[in-house]
Amino acid sequence: MSSALTRRLTKDQIAARIAADIPAGSFVNLGIGKPTMVPDHLGEGSGVVLHTENGRLGMGPLSAGDAIDHDLTNAGKEPVTELPGAAYFHHADSFAMMRGGHLDVCVLGAFQVSHRGDLANWHTGAPGAIPAVGGAMDLAIGAKQVFVMMTLFAKDGSPKLVPECTYPLTGVECVGRVYTDHAVLETGPGGARVVETFGITEADLRERLGLKQTAS
Amino acid sequence: MSATTVCADVREAVAGIPDGATVLVGGFGMAGMPVALIDALIQQGATDLTVVSNNAGNGDTGLASLLAKGRVSKMVCSFPRQSDSWVFDGLYLAGKIELEVVPQGNLAERMRAAGAGIGAFFCPTAVGTPLAEGKEIREIDGRTYVLEYPLRGDVALVAAHRADRMGNLVYRKTARNFGPVMAAAATTTIAQVGSVVEIGELDPEVVVTPSIYVDRVVVT
Repeated sequence: MSSALTRRLTKDQIAARIAADIPAGSFVNLGIGKPTMVPDHLGEGSGVVLHTENGRLGMGPLSAGDAIDHDLTNAGKEPVTELPGAAYFHHADSFAMMRGGHLDVCVLGAFQVSHRGDLANWHTGAPGAIPAVGGAMDLAIGAKQVFVMMTLFAKDGSPKLVPECTYPLTGVECVGRVYTDHAVLETGPGGARVVETFGITEADLRERLGLKQTAS
Repeated sequence: MSATTVCADVREAVAGIPDGATVLVGGFGMAGMPVALIDALIQQGATDLTVVSNNAGNGDTGLASLLAKGRVSKMVCSFPRQSDSWVFDGLYLAGKIELEVVPQGNLAERMRAAGAGIGAFFCPTAVGTPLAEGKEIREIDGRTYVLEYPLRGDVALVAAHRADRMGNLVYRKTARNFGPVMAAAATTTIAQVGSVVEIGELDPEVVVTPSIYVDRVVVT
């Protein structure tokens, strides 16, 4: 095992791990926040085309200084660039593209993911919290593959991969892979399966997550 | 609908919007936000409005300014909570504004349906979540869907890049966002544009919103 795999991954390393699993030429949507780190790790010739919910295929990196164009933003309302071959479309078309199953992969952040792939990432349900869903529910059920990028444990040490989500759901049985600092796992109707661990043994990981010790 | 009016100023453009109207407001954040029309609506004075827009205002200008003036009784939007949504946050937490949260794709598709004469549609978004509670569910070919209804506006305020004197609109980059669906979903559509060109000067192949959907245009 290389030294890089004997300790937990940084955010950049998680992003690189996700990028490595995105097939060349895929149409990909990235959720706001940490998933936007993924393109930094896509190879020059990956041919991956980024979709943004606000109506474009062919999004480029963030723009800065004089290059900032306020008519050219990403899902997080940050100024970005357009790549050659980009296309613009209105919001109903943008979400038809998602729901119609045309996107290959989306990468989303999460509060919790259940072992069978239920996703909770839009609302904590806490009193006084203002609910805001954006495009998360449409993406969760629309893309052919839904990847989640998150830390495996909350700040209080509790797992974010859980038997049942306690936060309000975004989508049911929609997440296929969960990429975290401690492990990559597959989720789905058959339960969670450990693909790879970082800085923790699989036995210890299973114990902390309450997963059965029998490898599937 | 009658021919599009090219208005002399924003005051003329927003004239006659009544109290209690449902107003569709374009924009995704500030991109495509019709700030000049909203400022004119503030001056015009209509109140008790229901506003449909992706966000619930950013910073202190545009939609946030209309909210701050207390003119909006209900927001229908997908993503109210943002780092710069302090105006909405304060009103909501004080119980001074009603909120209907709609998944972004449903927000767009419900307006598309309104403009397209669709009575309702079954959509897979939000199945099994709190936003589908109380709604009709149907299984079609093994997949579960939620019944969603059209979302109509009395008025749409949109920002476009350029119009011709017919009222045909073209947009610029991601500022297009909700403009085309809102233009079709409202009884009266008002567009603020960067310039108005003569009839025939827009390439018909690149018109995004045809003039039939546009009632008033104003250069801002």
